Amino acid sequence: MSSDSILELQEIILELGGRRILDCLSMAFWPGHVHAVVGPNGAGKSTLASMIMGLGDYRAHGGDVRFEDRSIKELSIDQRARLGIALAWQEPARYEGLTVRRFVGAGAADATEAALRRRLEQVALDPDRYLDRAVDRTLSGGERKRIELASILAQEPRLVMMDEPDSGIDVEALGRIFDAIRLLREEGVTVLLITHSQTVLEQADHAFLICCGRMVAKGSVAKIKEFYGERCLPCDHQNAPREDCNGER
Amino acid sequence: MESAELIRRLYESIGEACVTSPDIAHVEIHGNRVVGRHLVPGLKVEAEEAEDGVSAHIRVTRGTQIAEPVRICFGILPEQGIQRVRIRTDLEEGARAAVMASCTFPNAVDVLHEMEAETNIGPGAEYVYLERHVHSPAGGLRVVPHARIDLAEGARFRTDFELLKGRVGQMEIRYRATVAAGAVLEMSARVSGRGDDRIAIEEQADLVGERARAVLTTNIAVREKARAEVKNVLRAKAAYARGHIDCKEIVREQGYAEAIPVVEVEHPQAHVTHEAAIGSVDAKQLETLMARGLDEEAATDLIIEGLLSPTHPSST
Ligand SMILES: Nc1ncnc2c1ncn2[C@@H]1O[C@H](COP(=O)(O)OP(=O)(O)OP(=O)(O)O)[C@@H](O)[C@H]1O
Ligand SMILES: [Mg+2]
Repeated sequence: MSSDSILELQEIILELGGRRILDCLSMAFWPGHVHAVVGPNGAGKSTLASMIMGLGDYRAHGGDVRFEDRSIKELSIDQRARLGIALAWQEPARYEGLTVRRFVGAGAADATEAALRRRLEQVALDPDRYLDRAVDRTLSGGERKRIELASILAQEPRLVMMDEPDSGIDVEALGRIFDAIRLLREEGVTVLLITHSQTVLEQADHAFLICCGRMVAKGSVAKIKEFYGERCLPCDHQNAPREDCNGER
Repeated sequence: MESAELIRRLYESIGEACVTSPDIAHVEIHGNRVVGRHLVPGLKVEAEEAEDGVSAHIRVTRGTQIAEPVRICFGILPEQGIQRVRIRTDLEEGARAAVMASCTFPNAVDVLHEMEAETNIGPGAEYVYLERHVHSPAGGLRVVPHARIDLAEGARFRTDFELLKGRVGQMEIRYRATVAAGAVLEMSARVSGRGDDRIAIEEQADLVGERARAVLTTNIAVREKARAEVKNVLRAKAAYARGHIDCKEIVREQGYAEAIPVVEVEHPQAHVTHEAAIGSVDAKQLETLMARGLDEEAATDLIIEGLLSPTHPSST
């Protein structure tokens, strides 16, 4: 595979609860490009992101994960973060008592008041209303996702994974999130969007379709859109990792 | 030492300046002496000095609404001493007040602070009592705050206990409340222990009237060899009484935490819930912060900082 990629997954095999969730998955992500990963529920998309971030349950896997030509397989989550890898979760965590200011400031490259305010504005949240609120259950799901994204922007990472950035987000805020994605690309940040949505998919330069933890197709967004829309879905298999998966291997 | 100097040093130990605004009522008690006092209309304070402490009667007269929180500062500045405080507080019907109480023992090596409080909140009255402690880094003290609180119909009471600085030492909090019809009680305590600290918290609320409500919250973090024992008791005895117990205890190193929630319901239309989480920090919270580049220790500290911070939204 090309060594111009910023992140490269080599034949990843990951099993959870006795099931193979990622099945010999190889992928490469190019620096400064926006990539999308699509696939049905349970395809292994969030697992893929968790594995790249090095989260607890997802660390023991076969194959290799290489960031800028160096294996990061043995690195802890925070070591990977310090290399510039960031993950916005599908369902962000909630914290009792921790304010938006502290949360967004925690990993921020620039934790000044002005910088934190700008990050919130980037995700269409009014800093006056949000900075002193707690990142807890009093925030809606969409608000938490936007705060999480703000905290990731503040981190000034080199590779950002966003797991379903549109879920729970209204149309207007989604527009701002797309602006943020465009800005990241302009700044040369690599983006990986995990999504079911055609609109989110359209933000990408390249796309991957995975199913049953395997690569089904990859290429231009147009190609994947067509494949995903017409050949993959509707799909009657249960997305269990079996040999009768609907797609080309 | 002169009273003025004692007052200055009491406030200095909690990182504050003396209260100078005439609109803010304040009372300062050092050891067994009332060293300062300034009242506002509708607030009555009678105090009597005893051998090892002070007895006080605080009254907010009927319908009085005190705009600015009343500052009360208790403390012992020397390394040794005993302070026994008895306080009776009456908020008369429709009165409204908040008290910000600081208890400071910044140099304690061998100090005992006992508080025996009786608080009566009259019909429709609202009272907020925030207690902030500053202890010595050595934790050489025993703090025993006991309170009995009575909420009349439609009254509201919120109390919050927080250790701002220093080590717990030995702490035995016991609060018991009776909540009448339509009254609302919120009690919370946030404490972190280390070394050989001992934390014992017992909060109890009896919901005796229809639509009485109570939320008891306890957030604790223990590390090294500290121990925490929390007992929350909620009894609902009337129709539509609602209560919730929320106890979170984070344990690190050789710390020990125990939680005993007791819920009793004596009326078919009452409803009480409890939630307890004890042990390590939540994995997802931890991993999210680590994914921001914080190492495990720093991420854990930040989660605990949040848990112990006073910003929690009111759940009622
Ligand atoms: N920790 C785990 N233990 C056991 N099984 C898991 C674990 N995490 C994920 N799985 C399983 O792995 C499969 C892939 O899950 P994943 O969350 O990656 O799917 P997804 O593609 O993100 O789906 P969705 O579109 O619904 O978000 C699912 O069958 C899921 O149940
Ligand atoms: Mg997912």
